[in-house]
Amino acid sequence: MSKISLIIEREYLTRVQKKSFILMTILSPIIMVALCFAPIWLAQLSSDETRLIAVIDQTGLYEGIYQNTDEYQFTYTQGSFSPEQIRANGDEETAPYAYVIIKSNLLDNPRAMTIYSQKQITASCESAIISQMEDYLKNEKLLSYNIPDIKRIIDESDISLQVDTIRLEEDGAETQTSTELVMVIGMAMTLIIYMFLMLYGGQVMSSVMQEKTNRIVEVMVSSVKPFDLMIGKITSIGLVGLTQLGIWIIFLIGIFLSAGAYFSMSGGMDSSQMSDMAAMAGTMNGVDAAQLSGGAGAMQEIQSMLDSINITQLLVSFVFFFIGGYILYASLFAAIGSAVDNESDTQQFMVPITFIIIFALYAGIFSAENPDGPLAMWCSMIPFTSPIVMMVRIPFGVSTWELALSMAILYGSAIGLAWVAGRIYRVGILMYGKKPSYKEMLKWIRYKA
Amino acid sequence: MYYLEANHIVKQYASHRALDDVTVRVPRNGIYGLLGPNGAGKTTLIRIINQITGPDEGEVLIDGRPLRPSDVEHIGYLPEERGLYKKMKVGEQILYLAQLKGLSRNAAKESMAYWLDKFDIKGWEKKKIEELSKGMQQKIQFITTVMHNPQLLIFDEPFSGFDPVNANLLKREILEMRDKGATIIFSTHNMGSVEELCDEITLINRSHAVLQGKVNEIREQHKKHLFQVEVQQGELQSNDLYEITDSRPVARGHAYTLRKCDPHMSNNELIGLLARQCQIAGFEEILPTMNEIFIETVGESALEENQNV
Repeated sequence: MSKISLIIEREYLTRVQKKSFILMTILSPIIMVALCFAPIWLAQLSSDETRLIAVIDQTGLYEGIYQNTDEYQFTYTQGSFSPEQIRANGDEETAPYAYVIIKSNLLDNPRAMTIYSQKQITASCESAIISQMEDYLKNEKLLSYNIPDIKRIIDESDISLQVDTIRLEEDGAETQTSTELVMVIGMAMTLIIYMFLMLYGGQVMSSVMQEKTNRIVEVMVSSVKPFDLMIGKITSIGLVGLTQLGIWIIFLIGIFLSAGAYFSMSGGMDSSQMSDMAAMAGTMNGVDAAQLSGGAGAMQEIQSMLDSINITQLLVSFVFFFIGGYILYASLFAAIGSAVDNESDTQQFMVPITFIIIFALYAGIFSAENPDGPLAMWCSMIPFTSPIVMMVRIPFGVSTWELALSMAILYGSAIGLAWVAGRIYRVGILMYGKKPSYKEMLKWIRYKA
Repeated sequence: MYYLEANHIVKQYASHRALDDVTVRVPRNGIYGLLGPNGAGKTTLIRIINQITGPDEGEVLIDGRPLRPSDVEHIGYLPEERGLYKKMKVGEQILYLAQLKGLSRNAAKESMAYWLDKFDIKGWEKKKIEELSKGMQQKIQFITTVMHNPQLLIFDEPFSGFDPVNANLLKREILEMRDKGATIIFSTHNMGSVEELCDEITLINRSHAVLQGKVNEIREQHKKHLFQVEVQQGELQSNDLYEITDSRPVARGHAYTLRKCDPHMSNNELIGLLARQCQIAGFEEILPTMNEIFIETVGESALEENQNV
């Protein structure tokens, strides 16, 4: 037992002290935040430039219907127009970005409007021009029926719904829910589990393979049992993964606490609520950062919706599924790493595993649409997909027996697979120069120790 | 009393029997050679002794009792294919492997200081393995093998990768450990070092122990009754009693290689016989080298195998 802990200690410390680990751990959240905010920032950049759009209205009916915005400035002229004119103006700095030509009354002839430009205009520009005109025409058309009070009717008919969704709990309580939020949380957890399975499972494989090709493994197994060595390695790499996750959560709590402190000046939330909020937000990876910027009011709203999700259940299940799924896949990866001599031989074994994991991810995404459907149900029971799919379902509410059954199956098969992997590992690490096949590996399982 | 006994070991891999009823008995405090061509089963036997893998049949006794898992702490194993963690520092590496062999951290530090000093490489603890030359890595590997002062040392081709100076250093260390009471198993192709170091050997060929015993006795058994005779005066001719196989002039006269025809004739009789014909300046029986015995034994069975096929 003390030998396993020695192995775990060494493997863990060498990994955590690696420059690449420290760099990844620090840079990943920064990159993540950058990825969230870069599009917003870029969008603001492009709006600095105001585009000039010349409306040549030969009917004189439509002057002033377009609103000037930061993005678009409209000028109106009447009179004649020819494409040659645009070409002639084309090189000038002040030349309009696009020309909107209206030849006749659009209510009579919907085809009477044309947009000319030197360059292909953007889709957003086109839709801005068309939709504003359509809205205007719709109003015009309605006005043309001469119904009394038509203006007021039109204004009142502009309805926008504010729907609360409330889930009736078994204990009779009513909780306000937000489907979007529940989906976001489920998806975020699913993605985290998926990412860690691939990332750290892969690390187990390459580490096992390295020990084998380095030939250090023969020295190691003359001191410790191969199974202990494998378990030590899987455990230590899993701990490294948990460490990284822990550091990120602390990072994000820090970010959201400071954001929360900023908003609380106006909103007045107490600090315990704030840390709850931050902890939850941490697992959502900043997805709701935009909502947060709406201020404390929005924050309180989110807070009340978060209350609708059983946070303890969610976090406990996350940890359990995370660990179970990791043991399951890491065992597979360790078995593969021990069986091959070089990276290129891993392909034939990696393909099916990657296929299963990606299938699980897609099953997870579709389960978010229908969390109680047969696909979601079955995939949250099959151990290879359950860690990923179940995490999508839990925020929507899963009955306890299902959760318990799923975990029992997962842990049962994880332990079984670790045992099988140990049998393969034990033979594989000392087997050189043989390209392994599935058949060969099945034989290894049956070898006497 | 044997320190280690491996009795009737059978190890079967899927389609290949690596060891077939092999028995090896290693006397305490001696140097035991495990010889054989590549793929004969030596490494499998060594792995069984190291409990890396288990035998299908047969038993391994250490000190007269069955092998226990904790016995790995009394065994030092230097595999043929050397390997260390390349990114690890020398000191950490040595301490790590020593602790895995059951030493406490402090005992490991003490032992490391002793060995680094002995190999004249003090102050290397902070270097990474990958920064060292191959020969230096071998030294570190050797140190990791002996750090825990094992009762049984198993060296698989220990001298490969060492220059003659360091190989000699190593040889001295091995002998010293033997003198301090360790039992040593020595697997090699280098027959010169077998004659020099080993007391007893087992030759494994094609999964079978084909030759076993004390080195001297084996050489005696395999002798071809050849003699190197130097004469100052006179001349020797082949006759019924002996046959001249080679003759060449030397500084003091003539040297002959001759084979006696009757193995039961004693060497004294032969000397008497020769002395009557010439003035003998030197007389020496030529014993076969282990190399010759190895080739003869392994070659024979290879020949048989071919005939059977």
